Order: sequence, then C-alpha cells, then structure tokens
Amino acid sequence: MIAPAQPADERRLPRAGWLARLGWLALAVYIAYAASLLEITWERFYAGLGHGALFVARMVPPDFSRWELLAYDLTESVEIAVLASFFGILIALPIGLLAARNMMPLWVTWPARTLIAVCRSFHPVIVAILFVKAVGFGALAGILALIVASVGFVAKLFAEAIEEISMKQVEAVRATGAPFFNVVTFGVLPQVLTRFIGFSSYQLDSNFRVSTVVGIVGGGGIGGTLFAAFQRFDYDFVAAILLSIIALIMVVEVFSARLRATFQ
Amino acid sequence: MESGPLSARSLVIRDLVKEYKPGQPVLKGISLDFDGRGMTAIIGPSGTGKSTLIRCINRLVEPSSGSILFHGQDLAQLRGQGLRAARRRIGMIFQEFNLVERLTVVENLLCGRLGYVNPLKAWLRRFPARDLARAFDLLETVGLKGFAAQRADSLSGGQRQRVGIARAIMQEPDLLLADEPTSSLDPKTSVEIMELMVDLAGRENIPVVVNIHQVALAKRFADRIVGMSGGHIVFDGPPDDLTDEHLKTIYGGEAWLET
Repeated sequence: MIAPAQPADERRLPRAGWLARLGWLALAVYIAYAASLLEITWERFYAGLGHGALFVARMVPPDFSRWELLAYDLTESVEIAVLASFFGILIALPIGLLAARNMMPLWVTWPARTLIAVCRSFHPVIVAILFVKAVGFGALAGILALIVASVGFVAKLFAEAIEEISMKQVEAVRATGAPFFNVVTFGVLPQVLTRFIGFSSYQLDSNFRVSTVVGIVGGGGIGGTLFAAFQRFDYDFVAAILLSIIALIMVVEVFSARLRATFQ
Repeated sequence: MESGPLSARSLVIRDLVKEYKPGQPVLKGISLDFDGRGMTAIIGPSGTGKSTLIRCINRLVEPSSGSILFHGQDLAQLRGQGLRAARRRIGMIFQEFNLVERLTVVENLLCGRLGYVNPLKAWLRRFPARDLARAFDLLETVGLKGFAAQRADSLSGGQRQRVGIARAIMQEPDLLLADEPTSSLDPKTSVEIMELMVDLAGRENIPVVVNIHQVALAKRFADRIVGMSGGHIVFDGPPDDLTDEHLKTIYGGEAWLET
C-alpha cells in the first residue's frame, strides 16, 4: 500500500509546544529578577573571599584536644542515625506496601499516600524543632525527627518500586491460591528486595548526614557542639568536628556501598 | 465412558459471558462440559477470548455472568477464603512462564504449596518435608535435577516452562489450565513441553485445558478440540473430526491452510 501524500507543511520535525517555550522564557526572566533582588555584586564576592580565607586560616591546625567530647557526640549521632534508620525503614515497609496502587484498593492507598506526603513535607530539621518542643532536648527528638524523614523517603520509593513490578509473577503466585501475605513474600518482595536494600542504605547515608545537624536545634548528637563552637569562634575545634564528620560519612559511604553490592 | 458425567474432576461451564467494556462481550455465552479426563485443546484466532475463558475458570479474570461448576461449587460466585481454597486445586501454566525471576528454581516449585503454608512459615521458608521431597522429585521428573538452587532468571525458555509445569503439578491439582504454554518456545521445545504436560498430567489423571495457537500440536496431543471464533464455540469434537472446513470457519479465509 502506498501512504497518502502529505501536505508539505506537515513534513517537518515536531517542535516543542508554545507552553513549553513560554515556560523556559518565564524561568529565564525570573532568574534575572531574583538575582537583581539579592544585590549580588563583584565587590561583595571579592570581600567575601577575604573573610573566607581568614576563617579557613583560623581553622588550622584543627584542635583535637577535646577528643572525648567529640567522640561522645559522634557516638550519639551514630546512635541517632542507626536507630532512626532501623525503626524508620521498619515502619516504611508496610506503609509503602499499602501505598502501592497495583496491590491495594484506592481507599487504602489514599490515606497511606497522604501520610507519606505529610512525612515528606518538612525538612528533618523543622520536624526536629517540633519534637524538641514535644519531648524536650536530646537524642530522642533527633531520632523521632529522622524516623519521620525515613518513613517519608523509603515508603514513597518502596511504593513506587512495587508499582513497577511484573504483575505476571504476582498473578502466578495468586493463581496457586496463596493467601495475601504469601503473595507478598513470594510474588512481590523478591522483585523489589534489591531496590529496597538500595534506597534503605541511601537513607542510612542520609540519616548520618542529617544526624550531625539536628543537634543545632537541640535534637542531640554532634550538631549542638558544632554550633556552640561556631558561636564561641572556636574555629580550630570547628575544623576538628568537621573533619570527624567527613571521616564518619566516608566510612558509612563505603559500608553502604558494600551492603548494596552484597545484595545485588 | 466408565464413570458418570460428573466425576470429582469434572468442570461444567454454563452461559459464561465476559465483557471488559459494557456491551462488548468477549465471551458470548460459552457452555462447555469437561468430563475430568484427558487433554482438551482450545483453538481459535487471537483476540477471540480463549485466554479470557481459561482465566475466568480460576478467576484471574472476573466473569460478567454465567456459572463454572467445579467440585460442586460455582467458581464464579466464590470470594476470599473460598476462592483461594478452590484455586489451590487448579494449577496454571502461563505463556510467559510467570516464574518469580529472582527466586530459586526450588522456591518457584514451592510456590505451588503457598496455599497450604502459613505466612510465617512461608516467610522463613519452612515448608513441610513432604513438599520439599516432592519438589526435588518433580525437578528430576521434568529433567532439571541439579538446578534447584539456580535462580529462575538464569534458565532458558524451555527450562522455565518445565519449572512452570512442575510448579502447577506441585499443587496436586484436580485441573490443569495452560494458557498458550508453547507460544514463547521454538517448535522442538514446544513438542517437548507438550509431551511433558501430557505425561505428567496422565500419571496423576489430571484433566488439562490448554489454549493453543498451533493446530498441529493441538491435533497431535489433545483428546478433544474446541474451536472458538468471535466469542462462540464453533467446533467441539475429537481431533480426527477437525477438517479444513472447520478450520476455515474458526480462523476465516483459507489462504493460510497448507494444501
């Protein structure tokens, strides 16, 4: 069969719609406008470089003399991160399953998705402020804040991973007359396990980073000490704390990479 | 026929209708009796509802109306616990095998027992010793001895379908459904798979209902052929009675028929 001849003007590449072009234009205009508001000038930038150099100069050599305090605070940060990851991921598992639209009816996914959205709507530091008000200063507030963050992140990705699985495999398990929980453990979980390990270890990573910050608002861990050192201009101690955090994060990074590789 | 018309493994379908969209039925009132023995092949052009018919039986597809009598129950009316109990006695073999890819071969076989094992024990992989022994026996029977610990996604197509058949047989079913079990396989493997199905089902006298595209395979292996076209049954009889005239009715046209 011969295709009907097309008019000449239809034989060109389709272009991006006018809405998309308008969007790009609006973005460019806003960037220029916002930059002008902030009065970013070369003079300020140049002066800032000088202040920065002075600041860095006062950080060397780092002062590790208060290593006991440092070690104590770091341990607390590690505890916050590990406990929050453990309980957060544990809670995220069922919520993620409930939020998966291919496994659950609408009246179940809707509340589960709302809960996830609420967990994700605030930065962990803001949640930490709320928990400091609720349960008082200390590690507990930090742990609770990071549990909320972990539930939001892991449950959302877990739900998305479940929505992408092959339903043929689930169908086959269902056809054997397996009850729902067996369908989940044999038909669903094997398909999402590696991805689940992946974003759980990513969340563990993230929790270690954030656990060093929640202390600034009173949530326990090394953040409080870091903030205090900044305010007292103890920049050499600040440097020691920052180096310790970097070391900790790098260790965790290696560990979680190893974890992912094991379950691949 | 030695036994009565309603043996324990018989299946009676009455006026089965399935509409995916209202007013556009795919199955237009199918009535079929299966006397609970041998292999019945359902042939017909693509999109004529063969797959829908088979999937209505174990309710992977919800029938719109009609009844499906099996074990003295109407499968079309079951839900929840009752439906699961009925499904345990109906094995299914799929076109694309539908193995759980990331589980081992033996775990895939044990999937056939999941209707009987409680969730905690299933999670811990604590299957009864009898099930485990049967799984390893079946692996040997289907020619996959030594493959137990391999992951399903490492197998070839023919090997996967052998696992698929073994999984269905693990259920100790009273009925075996096969939805285009050879369509993803080469001609030689297709014959091997059909032989294996006939052999295993024959050993335990399990009746088989199979959808199949290849008329030659249907004629070679089935005891009875049902021809479907446009949501109706247009032929029902032994393979020897199936003539080119019937095939023209079922598939339409005649240019495709080998002379």
